[in-house]
Amino acid sequence: MADNTNAAAEVAAGAPPGMPQLDVSTFENQIFWLLIALVAIYFVLSRVALPRIAGILAERQGTITNDIAAAEDLKARALEAEAAYDNALSDARAEAQRIAGETKAAIQADLDVAIEKADAEIAAKAAESEKAIAGIRAGAQEAIKEVAKDTAKEIVAHLGGKADARSITTAVTSRMKG
Amino acid sequence: MADEAHGGGGLSFHPMDQFQVKPLFGSYGDPIHWYTVTNVTLWLGLSILAVIALMVLTTSKRDVVPGRGQSIAELMYGFVYKMVEDVTGKDGIKYFPYIMTLFMFILCANFLGLIPMSFTTTSHIAVTAILGFGVFFAVTILGFVKNGASFLGLFWVSSAPLPLRPVLAIIEIISYFVRPVSHSIRLAGNMMAGHAVLKVFAGFAQVAAIAPVAIIGVMAIYGLEVLVSAIQAYVFTILTCVYLKDALHPHH
Amino acid sequence: MEGELAHIGAGLAAIGSGAAAIGVGHVAGNFLAGALRNPSAAAGQTATLFIGIAFAEALGIFSFLVALLLMFAV
Repeated sequence: MADNTNAAAEVAAGAPPGMPQLDVSTFENQIFWLLIALVAIYFVLSRVALPRIAGILAERQGTITNDIAAAEDLKARALEAEAAYDNALSDARAEAQRIAGETKAAIQADLDVAIEKADAEIAAKAAESEKAIAGIRAGAQEAIKEVAKDTAKEIVAHLGGKADARSITTAVTSRMKG
Repeated sequence: MADEAHGGGGLSFHPMDQFQVKPLFGSYGDPIHWYTVTNVTLWLGLSILAVIALMVLTTSKRDVVPGRGQSIAELMYGFVYKMVEDVTGKDGIKYFPYIMTLFMFILCANFLGLIPMSFTTTSHIAVTAILGFGVFFAVTILGFVKNGASFLGLFWVSSAPLPLRPVLAIIEIISYFVRPVSHSIRLAGNMMAGHAVLKVFAGFAQVAAIAPVAIIGVMAIYGLEVLVSAIQAYVFTILTCVYLKDALHPHH
Repeated sequence: MEGELAHIGAGLAAIGSGAAAIGVGHVAGNFLAGALRNPSAAAGQTATLFIGIAFAEALGIFSFLVALLLMFAV
């Protein structure tokens, strides 16, 4: 914007008032310089700036595409690794289960053998004991029979009778059985 | 704003003086030849430098991750490129450098004109008429070269009822020839009006009582002018794209 | 006297600026009304909005130009 003092001086000097835009005498000057400016800007843009920016944008697009592809690749690899890990984990789990089962079976077998052996021993001991008890019982019956016979004989003798050994034995035996 | 010539009270307004074309060297009365170096030359040259600074220097590093300047350059590029692609279609892309030239020139000239004491090259009808008629002739010639006589189908609205078509054709032809006039006068008029209003508000600041209001007014109008500068560059460019589309695809 | 008439004419021509303001407001207001009804379609129509505003405004600029011509060139 032109300063006022200048403008006032120009008006005083006889410059035409009105619109400078309609001053035809300046047109060819403006048009000449405008054409030069347009051509200059056109060449600067079309030769230098626009190809360069297009190149930068294409390069960025390429980089982004590459990066996305790399990221996809890494993601696929991560998924693969996860699958492998899962596989290994389930394998290990199955193995552990197998080992545990085997161990359990072995222990069960040992246990069964031991229990059988113990059962057999217990049965043997029980039979022995029963035998001993039966012997003792038989011994005891015999002794009771003797005692009863003797006692009966003595009692009969004391009562003044003559005890018949065979009838006493028969009586005692029948009593004992009864 | 008329008071300059007729002396309005105590105030002196010179809203149009800012548009005066003056020789850069020498005094005011010197004749202006076509080759004379004037303030027009200076500010057109600064526009070129601004375009170079904005589009070339900022992108010299070719960063994949752009910095501030490069982002601006890429933003401009993407903005105009998308505009051309959206409006004219794929076959308009090869005219992209021309449209980019227009956009960058008008944008830089408009913004440089907003610097106080500067000269607004785009406020001159001579400048914008060259731009507007340049687009008009380029588009018309291109239309005839690309489509031959069928380019005239642009004026024959085949979707309208038959009796209406001649009337519509006349209207279309008139509007076609008004295009370059409105195209150029819109730009020059917007810039001229805004700057003249700025000057008028600045003139009110000569009275101490209303000076604060006037200065606030100047600030507000200045903000509006920044907006108008960008919008006018955008409008000029998008209308160029629309005209180009008509030339490439003349059938409605 | 003729100069005075030209000034009056310039003032009358300046009314056109107000008319253009109404036109621009109409365009922007209708765009906003439509955009609020269907916000998803609004983004694609901003170019049309600006073209409409530019056309409406150009006629106001013409009246401004007539005013300037009456002021300075007649």
